[in-house]
Amino acid sequence: MHSEPLPLGELAPDAVAPEGGEGTSTGGIASQVVRVFAENRLAIVGALVIVGMVLFCFVGPLFYSTNQTSTQNALLFSTQNSPPSRAHLLGTDQSGFDVLGRIMYGGQVSLEVGFAAAALATIVGVLFGAISGFFGGWVDAFMMRVVDVLLSVPLLFLVIVLAVIFQPSLTILILVIGFTAWLVPARLVRGETLSLRVREYVLAVRVMGGSNIRIVLRHIIPNTIGTIIVNATFQVADAILLLAALGFIGLGVPAPKTDWGSMLADGVNSALNGYWWQIYPAGIAIVLVVVAFNFVGDALRDAFEVRLQRR
Amino acid sequence: MIGYLARRVVQAILVVFGVMLLVFLLEHVIPGGAARAALGQRASQAQIDQFNQLNGYDLPIWHQFLDYCRDLILHFNLGYSYRKNQGVAQLIQETLPKTLVLVGISTFLAVIVAVPLGVLQVVRRNKPIDYILTGTAFIFYAMPAFLLGQILILYFAIDLSWFSTEAPQSASAWGVLSQPKDLVLPVLSLAAITIAAFSRYMRSSMMEALTEDYVRTAKAKGASQRRVLYRHALRNALIPLITLLGLSLPAIVGGALITETVFNFPGMGLLTTQAAVNNDVPLLLGTTFVAALATVVGSLMADVLYAIADPRVRYA
Repeated sequence: MHSEPLPLGELAPDAVAPEGGEGTSTGGIASQVVRVFAENRLAIVGALVIVGMVLFCFVGPLFYSTNQTSTQNALLFSTQNSPPSRAHLLGTDQSGFDVLGRIMYGGQVSLEVGFAAAALATIVGVLFGAISGFFGGWVDAFMMRVVDVLLSVPLLFLVIVLAVIFQPSLTILILVIGFTAWLVPARLVRGETLSLRVREYVLAVRVMGGSNIRIVLRHIIPNTIGTIIVNATFQVADAILLLAALGFIGLGVPAPKTDWGSMLADGVNSALNGYWWQIYPAGIAIVLVVVAFNFVGDALRDAFEVRLQRR
Repeated sequence: MIGYLARRVVQAILVVFGVMLLVFLLEHVIPGGAARAALGQRASQAQIDQFNQLNGYDLPIWHQFLDYCRDLILHFNLGYSYRKNQGVAQLIQETLPKTLVLVGISTFLAVIVAVPLGVLQVVRRNKPIDYILTGTAFIFYAMPAFLLGQILILYFAIDLSWFSTEAPQSASAWGVLSQPKDLVLPVLSLAAITIAAFSRYMRSSMMEALTEDYVRTAKAKGASQRRVLYRHALRNALIPLITLLGLSLPAIVGGALITETVFNFPGMGLLTTQAAVNNDVPLLLGTTFVAALATVVGSLMADVLYAIADPRVRYA
């Protein structure tokens, strides 16, 4: 995997391009990836859904303002469990909160945790994997055994233990999910680093006196960027699902804040009463966003693979 | 083969040892310590000191770890649940067989259904049925497990009253098996998500096998489409499924935790969520350790099976 700048429109797959060590000039690659990505209709739909959902959750409350913090007020000014009406487009929940407004409000938490935990897991995993693969030998053996141990513990169990020990809050949930989800990117990046570290341009940098830190940060990690981006996309989807599972067990963000999983968990408790508006909107929101991230991830993988094939 | 097996077993033992260290460390990062967790916030310093002395928490940390390993290996002592007033190992012993029944049946069903689905998608690739199955798999894959369980309960147990809303409540694994009708929904719920993942994998594994040289050779020899597909491609495409099965175990065990909670199935998963709700850290760490142990044993078995199915592995 190297990063020669290929100007847009110029297809020179067989041309012998110079090995670009520094991953700074990625304009050509980016445009190639974007082109393949844009040809994939599902990916465009997925990307639109994600952008739409972010706007809906973060900008939506400006246009559809509801009280989502005080139960007392909510109880005063509305009724509990009321079906959809003109005043409450998707009805109200068992505490009297407006469901449509709550989807936006809970979606902010779900998306924040999803993005932040994925970013954290990616950063930790990439650094861990790159260092492990770069140094090799017993350092690599030890670091990979650490990954083996953590991977053998079912993720949900580990996350529950940590959430119980440290008491869930928005920050703790991000940290807990982030610090348990970095194992897969660590393995992927380590695998690529093993083959990258013996490339000519790495040897060249070394001969020129480049430090290990410089080689890892400027030359190895940028060349695994495709793997990193694809995995990070799936990480967001997985983090949102994991947070939903925690919400179901009662380890979601504490009230009056909420997330889609906690909303859904509250909703299914009253499912027997036929309050469908307390289940389906939150359920559809989760499925929609997770499917969208999977579409985008799949398309990105294809896009980066096409780049590899054209190399 | 023996050398490969020995290496793999040593590796598994190392991992189990690492999990023991992890669980031990987690027990020691509880804010306020194990004494506060067991005795409550209002315990006096004297009570805490006495508790620590009784349980060996006043010893140096390495000494505690050695004691912990000794108790665990020799007596399978996983600690004591102060909330349930019972040994953790005993609680797990009562519930684990039922979880194994649930996980075993669901995984078996998942493989039985996912393989033909994946093959069907390859035979009819890029036809409507392929797109429909891919779309369905995506939705199941993206659906929180507890939502799927609840929807199954709403439609099949309440609206149609075909099944009971609750899983079998029997105390033993045999008792659970003797109520197959009540097992249907939990098994379906757990299997559906696994089927979604496996059938997608099976599809791409088959597609890849069809590009291999031996498939081209078989076609060149004049083998029928059917023979190429089932005798040559499918057999080889099934091998990676063994690895996938081993790798999916943590996720399936985690899924069982959610499914058991939704259906009130009296297994180790339900025990875990109860422990989480009650802040019962010793029990939580015990079930986590056993879940990890089961995963390690499962993936070891998968690797052995793989070595039997694919001779290239054992000579590598």
